[in-house]
Amino acid sequence: MKVFKYILVGFIFGFGMWKLEAVSTFRIIEMFHFQSFHMYGIIMTGVITGLIISQLFKRGKIKTIKGIEHKFNDKAKTWPRYIYGGIIFGMGWALTGVCSGMMFLLLGAGYTVFIAFLGAALLGTFAYGALRTKLPH
Amino acid sequence: MNENFDAIIQFISQPWPWWMGTFVIGFAMFFLLYFDKEFGLSANLRTMCAADGAGDFADFFNFDWQQQGWNLMVALGALFGGYIAANYFGGDGMAHVSQAAVDTFNGISQSDIFNVDNVPLIPGTDVIHPEIDPFWNLYSWRSLFTLRGFIVIIGGGFLIGFGARYAGGCTSGHAISGLADLQLPSLVAVIGFFVGGLIMTWFILPYILRMTI
Repeated sequence: MKVFKYILVGFIFGFGMWKLEAVSTFRIIEMFHFQSFHMYGIIMTGVITGLIISQLFKRGKIKTIKGIEHKFNDKAKTWPRYIYGGIIFGMGWALTGVCSGMMFLLLGAGYTVFIAFLGAALLGTFAYGALRTKLPH
Repeated sequence: MNENFDAIIQFISQPWPWWMGTFVIGFAMFFLLYFDKEFGLSANLRTMCAADGAGDFADFFNFDWQQQGWNLMVALGALFGGYIAANYFGGDGMAHVSQAAVDTFNGISQSDIFNVDNVPLIPGTDVIHPEIDPFWNLYSWRSLFTLRGFIVIIGGGFLIGFGARYAGGCTSGHAISGLADLQLPSLVAVIGFFVGGLIMTWFILPYILRMTI
């Protein structure tokens, strides 16, 4: 039961993102060419809804399941990591047309070659962990 | 009764309009915050590295990864979601992109393969589309063993894994959770995502896809 609720959240998210066509490379290329509002609409509604939900939790209007307030962590305000890391991630996102979340959907849908993609992503994560102290943050 | 059931399946199988993002993303955000967690799928990559013993090599992976098990379950759920959506609610299995985008795809492939009705959702052959023009058959094992496919799949995967941890989050962690929490670093990261994405889409991707080896 403890595990099931998280699987359900992931299921609804994965199912919905598939039907919203956010898994599609063609939608990603279209977005980066500014040829449709579709993807921007998804991100925009997601952020606005998320903003309202976050504020309700922040102001204590909604408490978590444990009856306490959720603690939001402020992200450290050091810029190089967000600029360089962001650009590197964006290039990968546009190259395969898939981000880290959509990879799981495609694996589920039967595109088994994404096992290799997942392996490469793990290698990239590991490379970052190994090089972290040498990179500007 | 059965007719109603079919009608419901058909209704869900239609392509969803963009504003359904409100419910899809809102649902995930609300319940993860309610469970006292935060939405961010790329953190799973770090967890998987740590679970495989990467902590022996770099301190970055020395953390109590079993505390992150819930996030792996979200990823597992997303995997099931993809399976059910693709196999039972796939509809026509097409990406309903604009005419301008179709022209762009045809420009990239330097041919007239696509019109607004035949752009598949996924550029691969494995399940839904048994036949697809070889140019767009990117997500398949056969493609992986070409230089072009290797760059697209392995190169993209590596950049995503590296970039997501360097930036401290991915599309869900920064573009959704971070922006919704009005985090300035997340806005910088999202601008970075777009700068990187624009450079790749406009100046690099067409040349990679046109490779014939």
